[in-house]
Amino acid sequence: MATAELKIASDTHHDEHDHEHHGNFWTNYVFSQDHKVIAKQFLITGIFWALIGGAMSVIFRLQLGFPNATVEWLKPLLGDWITADGKIDPEFYLALVTMHGTIMVFFVLTAGLSGTFSNYLIPLQIGARDMASGFMNMLSYWFFFVSSVIMFSSIFIETGPASGSWVIYPPLSALPQAMSGSGLGMTLWLASMALFIVSTLLGGINYITTVINMRTNGMSFSRLPLTIWAFFLTATIGLLSFPVLLSAALLLIFDRHFGTSFYLSEIYINGEALPNQGGSPILFQHLFWFLGHPEVYIVLLPALGITSEVISTNSRKPIFGYKAMIGSMIGISVLSFVVWAHHMFVTGMNPFLGSVFTLLTLVIAIPSAVKVFNYMTTLWGGNIKFTTGMLFSIGLVSFFISGGLTGLFVGNSAVDIQLHDTYFVVAHFHLVMGSATFFGLLAGVYHWFPKMFGRMMNEKLGYIHFWLSFAGVYLVFFPLHYIGIAGFPRRYYSFTNFNAFNDFTDLNMLVSIAAIITFGAQLIFVFNFFYSIFRGRLASLNPWGSNTLEWTTPRFPGHGNWPGEIPTVYRWPYDYSKPGAKEDFIMQNVPYSETPESNTPEENELIKLELSNDDLIIQAGEETPKKQNDQDNTQEHN
Amino acid sequence: MSVSMKIVEKPERPLAMNPKKFALWLFMISIVMMFAALTSAYIVRKGDGNWRMFELPVLFWYSTAVVILSSVGMQIGVMAARKDQMAKLKWGLLSTFILGVLFLSGQFYSWKELIVGNVYFTGGNPSESFIYVLTGVHWLHLVSGLIFLGIVLFDVLKLKVHSRNMNRIEMCATYWHFLGGLWVYLFAFLLYNHQ
Repeated sequence: MATAELKIASDTHHDEHDHEHHGNFWTNYVFSQDHKVIAKQFLITGIFWALIGGAMSVIFRLQLGFPNATVEWLKPLLGDWITADGKIDPEFYLALVTMHGTIMVFFVLTAGLSGTFSNYLIPLQIGARDMASGFMNMLSYWFFFVSSVIMFSSIFIETGPASGSWVIYPPLSALPQAMSGSGLGMTLWLASMALFIVSTLLGGINYITTVINMRTNGMSFSRLPLTIWAFFLTATIGLLSFPVLLSAALLLIFDRHFGTSFYLSEIYINGEALPNQGGSPILFQHLFWFLGHPEVYIVLLPALGITSEVISTNSRKPIFGYKAMIGSMIGISVLSFVVWAHHMFVTGMNPFLGSVFTLLTLVIAIPSAVKVFNYMTTLWGGNIKFTTGMLFSIGLVSFFISGGLTGLFVGNSAVDIQLHDTYFVVAHFHLVMGSATFFGLLAGVYHWFPKMFGRMMNEKLGYIHFWLSFAGVYLVFFPLHYIGIAGFPRRYYSFTNFNAFNDFTDLNMLVSIAAIITFGAQLIFVFNFFYSIFRGRLASLNPWGSNTLEWTTPRFPGHGNWPGEIPTVYRWPYDYSKPGAKEDFIMQNVPYSETPESNTPEENELIKLELSNDDLIIQAGEETPKKQNDQDNTQEHN
Repeated sequence: MSVSMKIVEKPERPLAMNPKKFALWLFMISIVMMFAALTSAYIVRKGDGNWRMFELPVLFWYSTAVVILSSVGMQIGVMAARKDQMAKLKWGLLSTFILGVLFLSGQFYSWKELIVGNVYFTGGNPSESFIYVLTGVHWLHLVSGLIFLGIVLFDVLKLKVHSRNMNRIEMCATYWHFLGGLWVYLFAFLLYNHQ
């Protein structure tokens, strides 16, 4: 829809120089450098992956919930992965678990979330024409696309996709003899992830550069919407942690294909000794979790940022504790780098080191609690509008609390001895990271859909989607806590061989039924999404009465976002229900001089600065560096 | 006086460093993290014991000298460009490029020296593999720096680099100095860990 506008612009523009911006179908829709188009590409690819990842979880939940049922009817889809007696092949079960984790963590909740909303909202909310480098941004998507193609094709190879779980611990992942998934499937996994890391770094460098360098006049860091703060910190964490995963993967590739022994030592397979000597598999875990833990926050922080924005807008109240929100996000970001070993409490680590990491892990509860209380105090006494986006945001807060509390259990090195690698851990991170982030993603889609496609999504279907998902998620993951405490290990194909676990058969059945219903509810969303793109109710310019700059653009912003000058920012983004104001929101580009009725005495002082400000920009010679840049750019084009 | 105070207090225009230069710095940070991971892995693995000691190639000393010299050439080029001294700029960058190629081949011959000393990439102790990985990954990054330098050199020959168009050569110089510094760090790291 937005691109239709671009087409018109191309007819009126006959400037050769602008040709790359207003080109044909390919440059407008496919190899576009417009951040809005790239965001939609990420979103739709993310939805595709979410459906695949979700469907995989349904298949392995069938095995766990109904271990005695035959799934012969899946044969047309899965072929030889269904054994002769109508069961899911045990090796394929492991592949399903692995791919579900990989797809959801990296392809949906990293690329699908950051890729969509960082791309879409950063330029629009800070008042920039586009990203710092549109070309790099385009590359970022296409690296992700190629990475997706490789990962997707690995599902269809004869030996099956990678099956050593998404953490790919060696030696299991390093030795093709270890399991069939460690052959070609693992090779493709590593190739795909290497490209994925390149994509993330290209994107992240762009996001950080854009936030720091491309803000419009008046958009100081203390006036940035919390979404932008979240995306900025997310990109920073990614920039620091993804290269480490690249190093870890590189050494793993050398071990797999070149015969080095970084992670391998003294291994016998089928009675045959391997030549590898002197490696350490624990080394891989350290390197992996140095990325792996920050990755949790790479996933979660954007969702928290989106939630801040949506909750404040729909409570019609300023966000409670704006500075505290920023501070806690910075705190979480810093702490995320010093807790990685809490994933490794049972690797024979020095118990003293374990207590250090326990302490650091529990400290994360403080900034997290600050955020939770700020959400609740923002809601408190607000004039709440229960839009679908708002419901999903409140759902996020709920999951963040219930999932975060169990973090106190698994983060404790003593308690973790019992809980490690059980369903308790699965329940914990699916609530606090998986479902919470997924709800944040959905809240963002419902909230910014009108800006993305100029139409509204259907609220009724949205409500059905929300309530089924909300109840479904709790029905899936609450029982898993009990099963986990009882000692069910993760990643096991079958429990029926163990008498101790037979008591939980019916609970597992309930979980599986709930999982199927939850997955079904997402299909309602997919229908709603695609239907509304073409047939949704037309959206007004600012349907939620929101303050941020993206709602000052035309209904279909072209490449460049604002037809005229970029708006100047005069105030923070959370002036909702300000006492004395005419409406219950004042947009960021409204100067204090236009709102004398609601200004505080301090803000009245700022009016003088606003007036002199425009003169200042010209007088102080601020234009000169900009001209210099333009000159540089044109010369580079030549 | 009070007016100028306001100018200082209210710089409404956010800081605007050249975005491309800024992005280059971020890119270098990601490279730093990659090598930080590799060198940390080296230290952690070394701490576990079962670590074979061997002599570092003597050639590393020469390649270190070459890479430092190349940075000098680069700096001469940048300063010449600022003063529009085209001939000096050309020779500065050309010598940098040649020294860069010399460094790459020097590293290659030091691997040969390692092999002569019975230190192989594969099949041996991780201490042997690590030295190939550290130098090899750095080698690849230096190739990228050389490609960048080649592009700038091409611009120089077409007289497109001068005092009013310093952006690209400055970025190239930053990256080149960074890669040189990275090698000096890696070499110092290896020396320190080979005592």
